[in-house]
Amino acid sequence: MSVDLRTRIGAASLPNPIMTAAGCAGIGRELGRFFDVAKLGAFVTPSITPEARAGRPAPRLAETPSGVLNSTGLQGPGIDAFLARDLPWLDEQQARTIVSIAGNSVEEYAEVAGRLATAPGVTAVEINTACPNVEDRGLMFAAHPTAAAEVVRAVRAHTRRGVPVLAKLSADVTDVVGVAMACADAGADALSMINTLHGMAVDTSTFRPRLAGITGGLSGPAIRPVAVRCVYQVHAALPEVPIIGIGGVRTGLDALELVLAGASAVAVGTANIHDPSACVRILRELDAALRERGISHLADAVGLAHKPAGTLMRRIDPNVGVAEPTEQETLQ
Amino acid sequence: MTDSSPVQVPGTVLTMRRIGTYQTMTLVAPGVAERFRPGQFVAVAVGGEQSSMLLRRCFSVREVKPDYGGTVEIVFAVRGKGTEWLAALRPRDIVDVAGPLGRPFPLPRDPVNCVLLGVAHGSAALFPLAAVLGQRDCRLHFVLGGATSDDVLGARGARRTGDSVAVATEDGSLGSAGSVGDLLPGVIEDAQADVVYACGPLDTLRAVTRTCTGYGIPAQVAVEEPMACGTGVCMACVLPVIGDDGGTHMVRTCVEGPVFRGERVRWDDVGTIPFDALGAPRALRLGERS
Repeated sequence: MSVDLRTRIGAASLPNPIMTAAGCAGIGRELGRFFDVAKLGAFVTPSITPEARAGRPAPRLAETPSGVLNSTGLQGPGIDAFLARDLPWLDEQQARTIVSIAGNSVEEYAEVAGRLATAPGVTAVEINTACPNVEDRGLMFAAHPTAAAEVVRAVRAHTRRGVPVLAKLSADVTDVVGVAMACADAGADALSMINTLHGMAVDTSTFRPRLAGITGGLSGPAIRPVAVRCVYQVHAALPEVPIIGIGGVRTGLDALELVLAGASAVAVGTANIHDPSACVRILRELDAALRERGISHLADAVGLAHKPAGTLMRRIDPNVGVAEPTEQETLQ
Repeated sequence: MTDSSPVQVPGTVLTMRRIGTYQTMTLVAPGVAERFRPGQFVAVAVGGEQSSMLLRRCFSVREVKPDYGGTVEIVFAVRGKGTEWLAALRPRDIVDVAGPLGRPFPLPRDPVNCVLLGVAHGSAALFPLAAVLGQRDCRLHFVLGGATSDDVLGARGARRTGDSVAVATEDGSLGSAGSVGDLLPGVIEDAQADVVYACGPLDTLRAVTRTCTGYGIPAQVAVEEPMACGTGVCMACVLPVIGDDGGTHMVRTCVEGPVFRGERVRWDDVGTIPFDALGAPRALRLGERS
């Protein structure tokens, strides 16, 4: 049995659901030395800003139990260099490119979106509403439904029809469903969840914070349960809005967990730091996991965790393989 | 993909040895040895498949050999949980290795007088370089250092292959008491050096660069910045470096380095974002309102 892994994010159709997560995969060339980036469902770029950004001082990364804290600070060459050098390269590789965008104000987001509107090779635009590493940490659009909606509306207005606009949300909020609804109402075609969680680590030898930026974003398997919770809650409230599940995905089963919670696609972040070929391995493992469970279409698995107990398609013993379907299940 | 692309392979531990205060590990890593050029490094995953340690550990390579399908030898000091795990490995254990990574040392076209300077286990990267320079009939003058005699790596091998060897230890237990930086001017003059290749801590590399600038000769330095992925995706290992355009860029040591021309690195600004770096926060730029 072959598994149909195709998925849709708004108007964009992707051959498979595995993507890179923004800022965790370089600009494509880095991972392109280990596998063909066109094999990904989509390549998500680092957040592109209007001007070049030097980022924050080193040390920028700290290892925590099953996690990584980073305060990279959106280092990047800016939209001009991205359009001149990086986007054409991705297009040449025939990668489907989702461009993550960021700025310090609604106008800056709109400016970047406007510059992308005429560029060839943009599959979708993802709005980074939640990066906690810009200099002004108070400025996090995802923290307020109205602010998030405003930036989504501005980007939607500057983006071609047919190019989906994705809003990437933070879990560091009281009510992620409220922010998700505000973004969907403002024109977001899909939601990406979750961004890193705001965290901190202190060195017990030097008595100093381990990051030069003091606080940073926590990622990795340590945050996966938070991502699963957010995806589940938002899918329950907005079942028709596609979700890209992000947060600590390291194996095919981790990806499947987010799909069952309601994600139509899954982005791989910190695992790329640990294992440069993580994305292709996870895709292979997800394919095998679906096949073992007798699921022939990825789309059939999306949101299955929301079904009441006892209505599952098939049960599987994790150690044995596929359990024989009961008569009733065969009829489905 | 070209042949210079790195590979990611399961590496099999062939031997584990202690040398002085360091651990030496030889790995059978098919594909890495063939592609390796002196100055490049490998990135190793630690803790096994379900490891809670997500960052790779990057090590310079002391030797590659074609035997057993290609072996790679690394030297490391046990500094934390990750290196502790590595040090406990036994022959036939498997580790995930990615490499070779980074930009190698540039090599001279003609036989010239080379000074090879290294501190502690950073010296490891000098030995494959010496092998290649030796094949090109270059004269090799080693300057090796460490805190104590146990911390000096490869002094015996250097005596065998080098035209001269100078050693400095901080406690004076081997060679002269002091730092390698104190010995360097004398070695450059005696050897009539054309180039200095160096690896070691930032302070040493800064001192080496200053000395070389004084003598008007190039310093090719391999920087030991803490790296987290080795492949260029995590942006952790940035250094302020002056580019070909004359401007300062925050560049990744793992991709644009680890080897830099010494005078290109803004040593005094390492660990900061210089106000004139490309993309520095506006609030830091003088005379501009943010």
